[in-house]
Amino acid sequence: MSDQPTPPPKPILSPFQTASRLGVILVVIALLGGAFAYTGGWLDPQRLTPTRIVDSFEQASGRHPGFRRNHAKGVCVVGLFVSTGAAAKFSSAEVFAPGRRTPVVGRFAIPGGNPYAPDGGVPIRSLALRFNQLNGQQWRTGMNSMPVFPVATPQAFYEQLQASQPVAATGKPDPERMKAFFAAHPETAPFLQWVKSAKPSASFATEAYNGLNAFFLVNDAGQRQAVRWGLVPEETAQPGGQPLPADPDFLAQDLAQRLAHGPLRWHLTLILANPGDPTNDATKQWPAGRTVVDAGTLLLQSTEPQDSGPCRDINYDPLVLPTGILPSDDPLLAARSAVYATSYERRTSEEAGVSAAGHTAPPAAKDPRS
Amino acid sequence: MSTTPATNFSLPARVLHWTMAVLILAMLFIGVGMVASISERHEWLVQIHKPLGIALLVLVVLRLFIRLKRGAPPLPADLPGIQRRLAHLSHLALYLLMFLMPLIGWSMLSAGGYPVILYGPVLLPPIVPENPLLFAILRQAHTYLAFLLFLTILGHLGAALYHGLIRRDGVFSSMARGKP
Repeated sequence: MSDQPTPPPKPILSPFQTASRLGVILVVIALLGGAFAYTGGWLDPQRLTPTRIVDSFEQASGRHPGFRRNHAKGVCVVGLFVSTGAAAKFSSAEVFAPGRRTPVVGRFAIPGGNPYAPDGGVPIRSLALRFNQLNGQQWRTGMNSMPVFPVATPQAFYEQLQASQPVAATGKPDPERMKAFFAAHPETAPFLQWVKSAKPSASFATEAYNGLNAFFLVNDAGQRQAVRWGLVPEETAQPGGQPLPADPDFLAQDLAQRLAHGPLRWHLTLILANPGDPTNDATKQWPAGRTVVDAGTLLLQSTEPQDSGPCRDINYDPLVLPTGILPSDDPLLAARSAVYATSYERRTSEEAGVSAAGHTAPPAAKDPRS
Repeated sequence: MSTTPATNFSLPARVLHWTMAVLILAMLFIGVGMVASISERHEWLVQIHKPLGIALLVLVVLRLFIRLKRGAPPLPADLPGIQRRLAHLSHLALYLLMFLMPLIGWSMLSAGGYPVILYGPVLLPPIVPENPLLFAILRQAHTYLAFLLFLTILGHLGAALYHGLIRRDGVFSSMARGKP
């Protein structure tokens, strides 16, 4: 009936043989499943994962569905970058070609996970940019107004996040815990030195923004040059600072008022490392006297609220880079990229009403305006 | 010319099967590893994940073509009906997931507004419009379907070893080696 060839006679397995062969199969499956679970971090709760860092932000500031987990309060800006061409001999990126005009979608923000925080509460402002090159490649970067990052490694950053968790009694971080953290992390000294005298600015427009992490510029000949970039404003703040307006959202208002009178300008400066300058330590500024290249002018022309503006759906992942820029060995870069991806996954999932895999959400924080 | 159907998979089918088996397992481990890592590993795993995913998409197209053209050797006539149905169902699931996973990955990056970097300066075009809600759904689907694919592969491997070690009915060797 069947046109199957007759199988060759095979020895009958004893019950012991059958059981041991089944055992072998189960062991193979269990080993493969176990290796998968280990790789995914499920057997290793102590591993520092993007999930644990993003959870810490939520723990500190409450969960604000749809918002970024850090730098949650911000506004969108739109403009363009006009290249001088001075950086073209260091990097083959299209954005640096002489006279090239590259459209930019940016976002000003203040640090912290609370989208309703008062602007005067922190002395740091940030600016993230996405350059859309005509060739389809993009350059995304996030910059901050401080000159150095407090810590050099993701592990230290996580410890800082843990040390600064608000305590239930006061709603503020425990000063003793903070002190202990900073004592255990002497690399935070330059940041603490800066923050001692730093005052919250009354405007985004008068701030300089620093990339903090190092990268490599790569030119057409394949030569690599270590670099840190920053933005230097053309606007200047009133000497001695100015009293901060009472409105907690004064930064967005100031920005809109200034843009109503015309575009705001910054110079994109590339600080070129000397041989031996550290590229893996964002807590250390490079010594003075480094060559600084004025790569061009950033013109910001208009602003929109972040819940409807074009920056809303952008993940300013610092590792989205065009040809001609490469990441350095700074360990913060991969961590930022991984953590931003998790933040982006959560906030878009909240908007879509689907639950992000592996995320057991704490209850949403109360929106003070709803 | 014999009318007897082949008892083994053809050489191209076997080469593709084992190549893709290694690559898909590597891909699944890279995927869960990279999303659970904040070290430099994260970055280079992501850089492998994307071109490897596209390579697997190309390979599965080729594989489906060969499968449709050459067919597959019949299952043993004495195989119980439930096992027969499970075999067909799991093979269908494997083919579907092998197509879906890279396509969802590519669509997900397109919907998230990311440039889809294949390698260095080589970009792939977006295949769906930028849309954060679509991104969210595709991103979750990519995770859950990856788990489903891994579980299906474990079942497939368990069944193959069951055929090879216990039933010894020629099913395992039909993929493992050429004509006896």
